[in-house]
Amino acid sequence: MRRLTGLLLLLAAAGFVLAALPGPAPAGETLMMATTTSTQDSGLLDYIAPVFEKETGITLRWTAVGTGKALEHGKNCDVDVLLVHAPAAEKKFVEEGFGVERRQVMYNDFILVGPKADPAGVKGKTAAEALKTLAVKKAVFVSRGDESGTHKAEKDLWKACGMTLPDKETWYLAAGRGMMQTLIMAGERGGYTLVDRGTWIKYLSKEKDKATLAVMVEGDKPLRNQYSVMMVNPARCPQVKKAAAQRFLDWWVSPSTQKLIAGYTLEGKQLFFPNAGK
Amino acid sequence: MDYLLEGLVTAVKLLFSGDESTWSAVWATVKVSALSMSVSLALGVPAGFVLGYARFPGRKALRLVSDTFMALPTVLIGLLVYAFICRRGPLGGLGLLFTLRGIAVGQAMLALPIVASLTAEALEGQDPRVRDTLLTLGASRSRLASGTLFEARHAVMAAAVNAYGRVSTEVGISLMVGGNIKWQTRTITTAISLETGMGEFATGIALGLILLLMAFAVNISLSFFRRRAGLALTGGGAS
Repeated sequence: MRRLTGLLLLLAAAGFVLAALPGPAPAGETLMMATTTSTQDSGLLDYIAPVFEKETGITLRWTAVGTGKALEHGKNCDVDVLLVHAPAAEKKFVEEGFGVERRQVMYNDFILVGPKADPAGVKGKTAAEALKTLAVKKAVFVSRGDESGTHKAEKDLWKACGMTLPDKETWYLAAGRGMMQTLIMAGERGGYTLVDRGTWIKYLSKEKDKATLAVMVEGDKPLRNQYSVMMVNPARCPQVKKAAAQRFLDWWVSPSTQKLIAGYTLEGKQLFFPNAGK
Repeated sequence: MDYLLEGLVTAVKLLFSGDESTWSAVWATVKVSALSMSVSLALGVPAGFVLGYARFPGRKALRLVSDTFMALPTVLIGLLVYAFICRRGPLGGLGLLFTLRGIAVGQAMLALPIVASLTAEALEGQDPRVRDTLLTLGASRSRLASGTLFEARHAVMAAAVNAYGRVSTEVGISLMVGGNIKWQTRTITTAISLETGMGEFATGIALGLILLLMAFAVNISLSFFRRRAGLALTGGGAS
């Protein structure tokens, strides 16, 4: 019995000691950010965060979730700052008093991709025409279906071409997954999908000649994907580190950071286009 | 199929090249599961003992509740814990959100019913002669209780292993409460979901193999302890 108790006590003690051990202690202040999966999965944050830390002495930590959840974290005062890409939802967020000091920092773009053979024949059309054609032909369309920024953009596109969201249709698949998984699903099902350029470049470099998807529509104005930063309203959430958050916002729109963003490439291709103050 | 082989190679590479982010995730997993397991054992074994050994009104109902909670989905636990510890939640002041401790709270909730129910079941199924023998030997009430629990030690160990299996492999709680923050709350399972999300299937499989390896190590050391305990028993009598 003593042995068993001893073992249990030992385990418990070990657990508490382990938990009490300090993690990598940040030197100065730490800012907590909620952001979208695309900024993390594209590698931009890992590229840019060390520079931010070096220049400001502030440690940046982030949780990468869909834009919907990121905004929810802002509403619940879980984080100090946000880096998201859903302009309409962001404006509403600011109007409702959840966020302040919203600033646009950069954009990348969405692409409509589909099976190389293009069975629905949408290649080269505008985004609106292409979507209408897909609906008429009942071609398989895979949607993120997760309230992410990309999903919101896709819903706006359906609306913009005067259609109701076809989410009850059998050809419209709401995946509820991340972008890469959605792409893979579209590839497997021979469907079309809307994808951000960063994930698309990654997909191509990974699949190489095995890629079953190809670009159908790109460069159309409604396909622009705008990213912004903002501070969670310190008047509502008193624990927001106001001074550090302010430095964070100023840093993103500074000319040197904007240049840094432009310099980030994936497989030799520029991913994000800085447009602060424009 | 390529993924499997590639995964195996990647696993070996990640472990032996001392890949910093992999080891950070391993370490986070060790820390958080050690904490949650020690909490759930410290609370669950006594609770299970009472549930399985004592006789009181409402015991059956409590057992039923505990058994049902064994099937608690981890995403639900994650959401519940999140609702309580987010800064606007009732326990927001504790600063548990996005920490390993926060994850451990959820994982302890996951493991507690498993430990309690399986311990209770072991005691209920115990040979009644254990009690009679202990009584014949003139055991006091507390000796009777501790002796009974001692006789059920293997079942308690099995309960712990079972609970550990769920704790170390859950992803819902870690993702929701921990936030998958690099260097801090990124555990192996959340790293797997991240890598899979990015389409890095081989790395995902590699991390899965590492998790399996850890479970293997835990089970090896437990069986070592068990053998030691067994030897001590035959050699020196019940200590």
